[in-house]
Amino acid sequence: MPQMNMIESIRSALDVMMDKDPSVVLMGEDVGYFGGVFRCTDGLQRKYGEHRVIDAPIAEGGIIGTAIGMGVNGLRPVPEIQFADYIYPGFDQIVSELARLRYRSSGEFFSPVTIRTPCGGGIRGGQTHSQSPEAIFAHVSGIKIVMPSNPYDAKGLLISSIESDDPVVFFEPKRIYNGPFDGDPEKPAVSWASHPKGEVPDGYYTVPLAEAEIVQTGEELTIITYGTLVHVAQAAAEAVGVDAEIIDIRSISPLDVDALVTSVNKTGRCIIAHEATRFGGFGAELAARVQKDCFYNLEAPIGRIAGWDTPYPHAFEWQYFPGKKRMIAGIKNMMEIE
Amino acid sequence: MANKSRLYIPRPSARPGDKPDFSYLDLVPAGSVDKPPIASRTRDIEYLSSGLVRVLDDDHQAVGPWDPNIDPGELQIALRWMLLNRVFDKRMWQIQRQGRISFYMEALGEEAISIAQGMALRQGDMCFPSYRNQGLYMYRGVKLVDMMCQCLSNTRDMCKGRQLPVMYHSAKANVFSISGNLGTQYPHAVGWAMASAIKGEDHIAASWVGDGATAEADFHQAITFAAVYHAPVILNIVNNQWAISTFQGFAGGERRPFASRGLGLGIPGIRVDGNDLLAVYATTLWAADRARRGGGPTMIELVTYRGGAHSTSDDPSKYRPKDEWDAFPLGDPIERLKQHLISGGHWSEEKHEELEEELKAEVLAAWKEAQQYGTMTEGPFLDPATMYDDVYAETPQHLESQRRRMIRVEGS
Repeated sequence: MPQMNMIESIRSALDVMMDKDPSVVLMGEDVGYFGGVFRCTDGLQRKYGEHRVIDAPIAEGGIIGTAIGMGVNGLRPVPEIQFADYIYPGFDQIVSELARLRYRSSGEFFSPVTIRTPCGGGIRGGQTHSQSPEAIFAHVSGIKIVMPSNPYDAKGLLISSIESDDPVVFFEPKRIYNGPFDGDPEKPAVSWASHPKGEVPDGYYTVPLAEAEIVQTGEELTIITYGTLVHVAQAAAEAVGVDAEIIDIRSISPLDVDALVTSVNKTGRCIIAHEATRFGGFGAELAARVQKDCFYNLEAPIGRIAGWDTPYPHAFEWQYFPGKKRMIAGIKNMMEIE
Repeated sequence: MANKSRLYIPRPSARPGDKPDFSYLDLVPAGSVDKPPIASRTRDIEYLSSGLVRVLDDDHQAVGPWDPNIDPGELQIALRWMLLNRVFDKRMWQIQRQGRISFYMEALGEEAISIAQGMALRQGDMCFPSYRNQGLYMYRGVKLVDMMCQCLSNTRDMCKGRQLPVMYHSAKANVFSISGNLGTQYPHAVGWAMASAIKGEDHIAASWVGDGATAEADFHQAITFAAVYHAPVILNIVNNQWAISTFQGFAGGERRPFASRGLGLGIPGIRVDGNDLLAVYATTLWAADRARRGGGPTMIELVTYRGGAHSTSDDPSKYRPKDEWDAFPLGDPIERLKQHLISGGHWSEEKHEELEEELKAEVLAAWKEAQQYGTMTEGPFLDPATMYDDVYAETPQHLESQRRRMIRVEGS
């Protein structure tokens, strides 16, 4: 089976869908001739033409707003917002228009837009190229929120997102575009080549939305996470030597609650980890859901490991990023509670 | 010029108690603006954005190069639609005042825009209206009773009780869903038009915003995209002088006409007498032909006056002279078309009164029918359990569980 990194697998998903469905169009800043600043659309304009892979003006609200109109006119637009940090000029179009069009028109109008956007830190991006704003969007009914943690899921989830008649915000954790990252910045970079999830079929397949994946099974502790921190959690659990069950939720909204509840009811301990800031973060929703359905089986308060409640600082990136050290400390704390 | 900076606050020409003053409004005689070929370069037709295209002159005659030469029979039909819009609005306003609907917005004084533009567009063209374009829905075939049911949020409400009154939609009539957030429809229209061009179809899009909403980022982003990709779209700005209490100066309309907003991007602008059905029709047809033949977007500023309050929640006597509309130099669009037809021997005061009575009866009949599907106080009522539908294409588990809980707790 071919080996792909996450950039290649995302490109492959777009390629497969553009080939399969002539209504799929891409649009975004630098996505066309150049192929995207992260190369996710490289070669697609040459293959499918300028009318289907469209370089856009620097106006995120315009990109999302016009994509909505295209979707209403029968296309299946996949706009790219170059960095999730740039998505806010399009926020009103996402929240007030894209998410609610089906609802407010009783299903007469809808727009199947999939917004792809790289998120997260660990790339020396400073406070405007490192954010993880998924919780802001998870709060909005009518859109689906997805964040893959590996090349295989990225392709399958992106195909499912494009095929969905609902709008999707598809977050791509850019720190793991080229390889899994265990949260230790001192170690040399690892590629996807040696990772089982770097094996990606060339053709069409899907990974269903709203289904979490149990990355590893365990009995002592459940770590609920997504994106880059899936790999950090695995490395930290191994370092501590705890028999942890690690769940990659993959779809933030709608959420696969059953998978979480089943696991925590089994292990009795739960850590929730995300890179985004803690206060009002998606971890709060996860904690509330787990607490409600697992209360009598919990042996310790639910723990949260997250980014600090500050902007993402450029110089203190590794003190900010909830990396391996913080994850290890969090797990040890959790396991010490009687 | 002062020797230091000073914050400038725009002030309207008249406040309550003042004599209305429209001297700020640049007017030119009817028939005095040239009609260029649709293939003209923007730079050669900049005069269209600062002039004022008018066909009906002060003696109610159709004059000049923009006269679309519409058959009087067609004009009678147009008059009927405009009058229906007004009669409908008047009735719905009363109904709101009686507390039987929660909210309403009338198009008083602006009826020519929806009707003339509806006439100039083809059925396959897609409209992205503002909240004062109810005439478009009517003209394109949405039944009065369905519009009333929407305002009532009753069992036949097209929005299933989810939207404020007047936020209609009709996929069948090719009129988009009204958001309630202002100006958001502009990029949708441009995107729709881009898709039409991508697909190689000759349908065009048209959208409407008020003078106030031209200040929104969506407006500027949309017109940039329209210009960049030569989107086949008509970008209408309904300059009715007032955005609730702020006059058009607060949208930056004091120094340059709104029609010129696109010139910097190479989008031709036409400033047109919005109360002159013939001029609105002719300029819209020009822009539509241009778009259909690959000429890209045209911006049309429709100069008009908001004859009524912004909405039933507004009281314009607090911020503008009560008699300002009477003094508006472009008059009343219905009265002007009526006088035009009368002067040609194609209409009369008696026929007009008859028509108005007939339309009142039609509206009343629709209202009686609408109430059978439920009112705010009398059943049948919409089932609140439907509130979880259409959030997504398929209702996810958490919403099904909330639906069950709501039924259990609130009853159904």
